[in-house]
Formats: sequence, structure tokens, C-alpha cells
Amino acid sequence: MTITAPGTAPAAAATRTAVVTGIGVVAPNGLGTEEWWSATLRGESGIRPVPDHSTRPGQAPLIGLIPGFEAADHLPGRLLPQTDRVTRLALVASDWALADSGADPAALPEYGMGVVTSNATGGFEFTHREIRKLWTQGPQHVSVYESFAWFYAANTGQISIRHGMRGPSNVLIAEQAGGLDALGHARRVLRKGGELVLTGGVESAFDPWGVVSHIAGGRVSRSGHPDRAYLPFDTGASGHVPGEGGAILVVETATAAAERDAGQVYGEIAGYAATFDPPPGSSAPPGLARTARLAMADAGVTPEDVDVVFADAAALPALDAAEAAAIEEIFGPYGVPVTAPKTMTGRLAGGGPALDTAAALLAVRDSVLPPTVNVERPVPGRRIDLVRGEPREARVEVALILARGHHGFNSALVVLAPNRMAAAPAGVPAAVRHHT
Amino acid sequence: MERSVAITGIGVMAPGGVGKKAFWDLLVSGRTATRTISFFDPAPFRSRMAAEIDFNPELHGLTARQCRRLDRAAQLAVISARESLADSGLEFDTVDPHRVGVCIGSAVGGTTTLEQEYVVLSDSGKEWDVDPAYLSPHLFDAFVPSSLAAEVAWLVGAQGPATVVSTGCTSGLDSLGHARDLIAEGSADIMIAGATDTPISPIAVACFDAIKATSPRNDDPEHASRPFDRTRNGFVIAEGSAMLVLEELEHARARGQHVYGVISGYGSRCNAYHMTGLRPDGREMAEAIRYALDEAKRPPESVGYVNAHGSGTKQNDRHETAAFKRALGEHAYNVPVSSIKSMVGHSLGAIGSIEIAACALAMEHGVVPPTANLHEPDPECDLDYVPNEARERRLDTVLSVGSGFGGFQSAMVLTREGI
Repeated sequence: MTITAPGTAPAAAATRTAVVTGIGVVAPNGLGTEEWWSATLRGESGIRPVPDHSTRPGQAPLIGLIPGFEAADHLPGRLLPQTDRVTRLALVASDWALADSGADPAALPEYGMGVVTSNATGGFEFTHREIRKLWTQGPQHVSVYESFAWFYAANTGQISIRHGMRGPSNVLIAEQAGGLDALGHARRVLRKGGELVLTGGVESAFDPWGVVSHIAGGRVSRSGHPDRAYLPFDTGASGHVPGEGGAILVVETATAAAERDAGQVYGEIAGYAATFDPPPGSSAPPGLARTARLAMADAGVTPEDVDVVFADAAALPALDAAEAAAIEEIFGPYGVPVTAPKTMTGRLAGGGPALDTAAALLAVRDSVLPPTVNVERPVPGRRIDLVRGEPREARVEVALILARGHHGFNSALVVLAPNRMAAAPAGVPAAVRHHT
Repeated sequence: MERSVAITGIGVMAPGGVGKKAFWDLLVSGRTATRTISFFDPAPFRSRMAAEIDFNPELHGLTARQCRRLDRAAQLAVISARESLADSGLEFDTVDPHRVGVCIGSAVGGTTTLEQEYVVLSDSGKEWDVDPAYLSPHLFDAFVPSSLAAEVAWLVGAQGPATVVSTGCTSGLDSLGHARDLIAEGSADIMIAGATDTPISPIAVACFDAIKATSPRNDDPEHASRPFDRTRNGFVIAEGSAMLVLEELEHARARGQHVYGVISGYGSRCNAYHMTGLRPDGREMAEAIRYALDEAKRPPESVGYVNAHGSGTKQNDRHETAAFKRALGEHAYNVPVSSIKSMVGHSLGAIGSIEIAACALAMEHGVVPPTANLHEPDPECDLDYVPNEARERRLDTVLSVGSGFGGFQSAMVLTREGI
């Protein structure tokens, strides 16, 4: 494992290996990591009709919605008036991730902890209510919280306040791809001296205005059948179902995790890369394959090492063809299992790749690949080994996660199983603990 | 050893004049660009002033399709990016596009378009439901602010890392800091980076009204932005954009390109205190400054100019005055500190990059821009805020800071090449 990629940080960074020690999930098919993971392995979908939503022609009748989320059950009452649903979900996911990791923020250096999230759509329902008040009742009726409940930094800011995290923090947006950019940046923060970062992405923008804004992107399926609406790599692919939720991870240096005797190490964020596609009309190839290769080189792995690819799974024929071609180009025909558990949640913008990363880490833990559901008629001639219908038992030591953001963003992330971690310092029996 | 990152191109769209020359002329003159809002009827609002930009996108080279597609924030970003690209002298047919990235900051992205579209879709808010029959095909670009980075990347066919940074009012510093880190670590050789915001829309004006963050000095808009003055009573909202071409220093040297300065240090911290409130002791901003100077390997005494956040709220002015004293010690009393928000207003996320453009131009010209409208110093703000008149001074090390909702505190150090 000595391949050096362009963009590899200085050698000293190797002593600051970024490991994931906590996972918090809020997903349409499960609130809480284990609830979501078991539903995912059972093939249960969270794609459902929007409740109380008009079904005017042209409006998407289906969304990946989280049922039964009562913020008041999880958060102090004072936070409710000042937060949109997206921030409540992000705060709860962060609480759960921290609890899972066992890390106590009060026991860590305040400037050594940061928060790096992705959020591409802001606190949309909150601002819908306030803009409506402005236009129907006047400016004096606008909430004192509007100035910060809408903006894209709300999740990072509120998480930072809730846990007293005063270190370098950020908010990165690249539509869907931004979820991986946040995780990649969390590793950068650790390399520059941080000890722990809460990172990932959560989205929710499904008030009526939000629904229409999603549709405006032109990539949302018009199907009204929950099991036929989002069919990546299928002959019936006709767009995606948008969804809400995502995941927040606790990422620490391996050293910090060992020093506080962390309960578990799910794996290492070992490789990351981001690129942008050539401009429209260019004859140059799209950037996804190059991005994947850069991330693998950054992680010091070869295509032969990779045990599973979590696909971007756009579910539009041209984008599916490009992704399948990129995977085949790198791994060869049927060269690696490919899966898209997001067929059970919909595409979650910045939340999606964070959730895929959580799935990859649990695939490592449980030696099982989550399935891609509903894809019954794969497009002939695309030589990818799609994990369809049922989960597949497989030992997973290296997983590659792909994400593409609307307008041409590409990101890729490589996670390694604890036993594959290149730079685990002596005295960190992470793999041992992991398997007990 | 980490690679050094040079500023080799500057483009600015700021109130008071289009382009970096008009911008610099305004700053040196001490004139202000704040006025009564002209974009909509401001009568119902508590604060009825803004610093607006007068420009015609078609006259600045945007095609009819770009004019239709691009939100105002994207228009400013594209026009200022073009100016910075021309200024950099880079010929992109000779540069590997895979090594060129984009990082755009924005606090509120496509807010202006989103609100305009909302008013149509909802028939001025009559119904909670909206009518998709009135859907604009470009609404999605405003919905997802990463479209800003795409528009700038397409200008030169950039295929390196591209992202939007949205950390509220520190987005301008943080986007430049992020871009600088990407070059320093080797992920790109050239980054087009900066920030854009166009928040002069009813909802943004109303949300700052609601917390009395903006000035109600409506009878005197030209003098309403008064950082560090005893009579100040809030900031004046603004729009703007600044884009910089950042380049690995040896890459710039190899082609003999003029270097405005080197981004030698960058630090960001959160106060973890309150989404809008600031603790008076300024400790997190001081920590960001300390980190940035440390990274720049420059002692506090080397700082020749501090570009303040200087928004003109009592809370901010006292907070950052305390932060400067905490981070710079005695030197805080000796170094000139000024706020260009007194002249160009507070364009939320954009202003941080506009202020770095000002810092680079200040080093270039050996001139410290003033704080306009400062006539009655606040006794609790007892530093040298360069009142009203620009000052000649050779500058080798310059510090700029930002502070924003969400608790973000950022600091950036520029140094003259070779220092």
C-alpha cells in the first residue's frame, strides 16, 4: 500500500488516520442506525406518497419521507421554535452518533472538535412559512429565528453549540456529492490537528414549495408506484425519488480513539477525491471514473482490493450508462459487486452519500452487502454485478462510495475495514475489538 | 513542506462601481455606496437601506441565456470571476483542466430568485400549496446553491475539485481558506475562489429587521453604516462578489506572473455559544487569529493592517475589539484597523472575499482604506480605526477577520511575496 496519489497529504498525516467511531442515522426506512440497517437488509423501502399533498399534474407524488419523527421526543423544547425540520433531524443524528461513539465532548479539547456538514437545500419549510407571513401579513410577523433557521450553515452551527465544539468547522455543498466532500474534509481537519469531527449530511425540503423545487431539477420520476418510481440501471429508469434524512458520523484520529478506549472502530476514511465534469458540449469524458481512481490511489488500494461499490444511481438512462461504464472500465465486466440501497430511501442530496458511507461501514461490520431493490430488468449489455433484491453475504474490507451532484460534481470515498487500516498506531487493537 | 498559495487575479463586483478599479477608488476616497433600497418598495421595513450594485448584465458580457438562467448572485460571481481570470493572465488552453478547481462561498445562495419564484408559485402567499403550472425551469439552480460553483467552473472548463462553502457571513474567508488548503495539499494548482451574495430581497431584509441587526437610520442612508462610532445602530445590508485566482506560488513564478500576495495563514473557529450572539471577550476569534498567524509564521507585531469585520453592530464592534487585544496584545493599539463595510455595506458571505480583495489591493498600493462615518468613537472601542481618511503605509502582512451567524469566526493572513 505505497501508491502515492496526486493530492496525497504529507507523510506526517499518516499518523492521523481518520477512523469512524460513531454513526447516527435518520432515514426514510428507519430512525436510528440499527432500525435503518435492519430495514435495509430486509429490503424495506421508505418511499411513500407525500401526506396531505395535492397531486396536481406534474407534481411528484412520491418522496422518501421519515415517518413518526417527533423532535420533541429527542430535543429540548427551546430548540424547536428556532429550527427547521432538517436541523432537528441533524441534531438528533449527531446526538445518536456521539452516543454510539461513547465520546464525551466535555472531556475533549474544545478547539480539537469540529463540525463539517453538507446541506444543499437549507431550512426550507421554516422559510416557506416565514416568507408566506411576510407576503401576506407583513415584515413585522417574520420570526426572529428566520435569519439563521434557513441558511445552509444552520446544521453545523446548531450542532457546534449543542456539543461545545469550537474547532474548525465547515459547510460544503455540491448537491449530492457534497455529502462525501464533508467526510473528506473532516479527514483534512483531523490531519491539520483536529481530534474529533461530527460530519455528514442531512436534508429535508418537502413542504409544497420544496417538492416543486426538487421537481424543477428535471430529474424526478413521475411514477406514482413506490416500487417502480426509482429504478437505477433498469430499463424502466425514469428519474429518481427525492428523500429526506441522512447520516452523521463521528470521525476521530485513530490515536484519539485509542486513547479514550473507544468502544468500536467501524473503519477508516482512507481515500477521497472530488472533480468536476467537463463543461456541457465538451467531448471530454465525465469525471466519475477519474474521481474513483484518485480516491483509490489516495487510499492506497487497487481496483482488485475493492469489495463493493456504492453507486450514485441517478436512475436516468444516460447517467446510469455513464456510471456503469465507469465501473466496468475500472473493475472489468462484473468485476465488483455494485449496490444502491438508496433505492429504499430515495436520493437525499447531501445526506445520501453520508448514509451510503454508513451502509458501507456496516457492510464491513456484518459481512453483508445491502441490496438494490425493485430493479428487475437491468439494462442489457451493462456488465455490472448489481446486488439485486436480496442482501448478499460477503466479506468487506474495502468499499468505494460514489456520488454525483447535479450540474457535474463528482466525489468518491474509500473506507477500509479496521484490519486493513494502513497506519493504525501500535497498541490500537481496533480490529480485535471490532470483531468481538 | 506545504506549497505556498499566491493571489494572481482579482475581480470585484461591489456597490459603488463595477470592477476592482472602481472598488478601490471608492475605498480610497472614503465615499459610501449605501442608499435607500431601490429594488423594491422598502416602506414596510424597519431598515430601508442597502448598498446596491448598478449594472447591466448584458453589458458585462453575459449572454441572453446566462441572463435568463443565472440568479443575480451567479451573475455577480461570473462577472467578477471573468475579471479575475483576465487579471491573472492565465491561458486555460495551456493549463491542465484537471488541476483547476473552484470554490465559491455564499451565505444565502439563490435567495433572491427563490423568493421571486415563490411569490409567483404561491400567488403572493395566498395558498400554502403552490401551483407547479408556474414553475420556472431555472428554479432548481437557485434551490441548490452549488450551481454557483458550476457556473464559474464552466467559464474555463475547470475539472478539478469544485464546491460551494456556506458558513454564513464567514463564507468569503472560508471559501478562500478552503481553496488555499486544496492547493497547499496538492489537490489543485489553480483555484478560482471567492464569494457572492445578493440578499437585497424582502425576506432577507425582514429577517434582519426581526432581530434589529440592521440600522434604522433611514433618513441618512449615506452615513448609516458607522462601525466603531458611538452612534452606530446596526449594519447596512449589501450585495457583492469578489473572485480571486489562487495559484501555487511556483506555478505563478514560472510564468512570471505578478503576485498580489500570499495567503499564508487561515484559521476558523466556532464560538459554540449562540446562533447570533457573541460573547464579549472575543476568545474564539482571537483563537482563529492566533492560529492563522501561527500558520503564517508571523508574530502579532508583524501585522501592518487589520481589516475588521466591523459590521457596525455594538455587539460585533466590542467583540472584535476584544479579540484583537487578546490576539495581538499591545500591538492591537498600534496597528491600523478599518472596516470597509462602512462604505460598501455588509454583503453577508460575499464580504469576506471582497475584504480580502481590499487587503490585497491595500498591499499593492501601500494604502490603508479608512472607516467612513467614524466621528464619535465608542469609548469601549479604543483602537486606531483609521477614521474617514485613507492612509499611506507599506504593508507586508495583513490580517482580515470575519464573524457570522452560527458562531463562525475566521481569520486570514496575507503576506507580501518573499516575506
